[in-house]
Amino acid sequence: MERDSAIGVEVSLPVSQRAKEIKRNGKLVETIFRTSLGFWAIFLGIIFPVAAFFILAKESWLSIKRFGFGFITGTVWDPVALIFGGLPAIYGTLLITFLAVLIATPISIGISIFITELAPKWFKPIVTGAVELLAAIPSIIYGMWGFFVFVPFVAKYVEPFLIGNFSHLPIIGFVFNGIPSGIDAFTTSIVLSVMIIPFMASVAKDSFNMVPPIVKESAYGLGATKWEVMRRVVIPYTASGIAGGLILAIGRAMGETMAVTFLAGNNPQIPKSLFEPLTTITVALANQFTEADTDLYLSSLYYLAIILFVISFFVLVIAKLMVLRLEKRWKVKQI
Amino acid sequence: MEGKADMRRNVIIKRKIISRIFLTISTLAAIYGIFWLFWILSDLFINGFRYIHPSLLTEDMNPAGVEGGGLRAAFVGHLIITFIATIMGVTVGIFAGIFFAEYGRDSRFVQALRNVTDIMVSTPSIVMGALVYAILVKPVGHFISLGGSIALALIMMPVIAITTDEMLKLVPGMMREAAYALGAYRWQIITKVTLRAAKVGILTGVILGIARITGETAPLLFTSFNNNFFETNILKPMASLTVTVFQYTSGPYDYWHEQAWAASLILTMGVLLLSIIAKIIISGVSFTAPFAPILRSLSFIRKFRREE
Repeated sequence: MERDSAIGVEVSLPVSQRAKEIKRNGKLVETIFRTSLGFWAIFLGIIFPVAAFFILAKESWLSIKRFGFGFITGTVWDPVALIFGGLPAIYGTLLITFLAVLIATPISIGISIFITELAPKWFKPIVTGAVELLAAIPSIIYGMWGFFVFVPFVAKYVEPFLIGNFSHLPIIGFVFNGIPSGIDAFTTSIVLSVMIIPFMASVAKDSFNMVPPIVKESAYGLGATKWEVMRRVVIPYTASGIAGGLILAIGRAMGETMAVTFLAGNNPQIPKSLFEPLTTITVALANQFTEADTDLYLSSLYYLAIILFVISFFVLVIAKLMVLRLEKRWKVKQI
Repeated sequence: MEGKADMRRNVIIKRKIISRIFLTISTLAAIYGIFWLFWILSDLFINGFRYIHPSLLTEDMNPAGVEGGGLRAAFVGHLIITFIATIMGVTVGIFAGIFFAEYGRDSRFVQALRNVTDIMVSTPSIVMGALVYAILVKPVGHFISLGGSIALALIMMPVIAITTDEMLKLVPGMMREAAYALGAYRWQIITKVTLRAAKVGILTGVILGIARITGETAPLLFTSFNNNFFETNILKPMASLTVTVFQYTSGPYDYWHEQAWAASLILTMGVLLLSIIAKIIISGVSFTAPFAPILRSLSFIRKFRREE
C-alpha cells in the first residue's frame, strides 16, 4: 500500500512514463517473487506432510487391507509364512524410548541445574558446549562405537553383575533375567539416553534461565536452600518447558535408527527382560527393507513406517503446543 | 526452650545437607555427560588415527575379503550426494523461510504452515528414505544416488526454512520501513535489505543443515544404497561414507572394521568442525538446533527478556 503512493506520484513530465513502467515491472516481479516463495512455503507446510502420509498409506495399503488394525496387536512376524504383526517392533520402540527418557530426564535436569546455578561463569560455556556436542556426533558413530566398545564392556562387566545380583529378587527379578550378550534393551536405551540428553538439557537450561530472578530471590529471602529453590520454585515454574523438551526427546528417540540398529539385535520378539535382543520399528525398516522379497512383506514394513510417522508427528505437535503455551505464559511476542 | 532451638537448628542442618546432596548429584550429572563425550571421542580418535592411511583416500574398495584398498568411492560419493542435497535443500528452505518471515507474519495460515514445517524437522529420517524409495527408486527399478540426495534435501529443507525465518525476524522492522519509505517493493526490500542484513545468520543455518545431513545414514540405505565401484553418475547407486561404515561395521572382516573406524573419525571431524564453525560465527547457536528448531524459540525468548 505505502509503496504505491510513494512511487505512483503522478508527475506530468516525460519521466512519468518511465516511472509507470518501473512501477509495472516492479509489480510483476513482486507477483512472481511472492508466488514462487509462497509455493515452497505451502510445499513444506502442507503438500509435503500430506503427500508423505498418502504415499506411505498407499504403499502400506496391501498390508492394511490384509491385517487391518490387528497388525498393531499381532505378535508374529514371519516373512516366510507371510504373517506380519507389528507389536514386537512397536513395543520395542516404546520400550527403549521409555527407558531412554527415564534415564535421560533426571540427568538432563541435573546438568541444567549445574549449568544455571552451580558452575562458575567461565565454566558454563564449556559444559554447555560439551553436552551439546553429544548432539552433533552422527548416530552411526554412536552405533559403531556402541557395537565395538560399549557392548563388549557391558556384556563383560555390567550385565553379569546385574544378572547375578538382581535376577533372584522377588517380583522385579524377571527384568534382570537373561544372557549377558550386550545386544539388548539395556545397552540400547543407555546409548539412546546419551543421544537425547543434549536436547532435554538444552530445553531445561533455557527454561531455567527464563525464571525471573525476583521469583528466586523471594524464595531465598524466606530462607530456602538452593535445592529448595530449584525443587519448589524453579522446576514447577518451568514445568511446561521441561515437559516440552521431554516430549521432543521422545520424538527423537523414537525415530533414531542407526545406533539402535547396531545395539538392539533385530529379533522380532517381545523381550521378556532387559537382557534379551529386541527389534524396533526403525531397526525392522533398516534391516529388512532391502531384503523384502514379496509385496506384502514390503507393504508391512511401510505399515510400520506410517505408524512411526504418525506417532512422531503427533508427539511433536504436543511438544510444539507446550512450548507455545510457555511462550504465551511469559507473554513474549516473538519479536 | 533449649530443645526447641536445637530442633530448629537440626532441621536447618538437615535441609542444608539435603541441598548439598542434590547439588552434588547435579554436578555428577554434568560430569556424566562430559564423560560420555570424552569416552566416545577418545575411542574414536585412538582407533581412527591408528587406521588412517593415505590409501583410504586414493584407492577404491577391494572385493569383500581381500585386505587393503580404500574408500575413495565412498568419500567422493558422499560429497556428491551431500552437495546435490545441499543445493536443493538450501534453495527451497530459504525460499520458504523468506515467505514465513516476510509475507506471513500477520497471517495465521502462514504461521500454521511454519509450525508444521517446524514439526517436520523431526520426522524420523528413515521415513524419508522409505518415502523416496516409493516415489523414485521403485518406479526407476534400481537404487539411485539422486534419491539419496532428495531424501537428504527433504530433511534439510525444514531446518533451513526455520532458521532463515528466525534470522529474518531478527532484522529490525525499522530497516524495512526505511526501504518502504523510499518506495521499494517487497522483493527489493527482501533481496537488497533484509537478506543482506541476515546473511550471516542464514549462512550459519546452512552450515548447521549440512552438518545435520552429513551424518545421516538411514535415508541413504534404501535410496543411494552402496556401490563397490567408483561412481559419479547420480542416476546409479553410489557409495557413501555412512552407509559404508554401516556395512563394514556389521561385516566380518577385521580390515573392514579398521577402515570403518578411520572413516568414522573423518566423518565425525567433518561434522563437528561444521558445528563449531557455526557456533563461532554466531555465539549462542546451539548444536541441537539442526535437529529441533522448536527448542530455539525458547532461547530466543530468553535473549529478548534479557534486553527488556
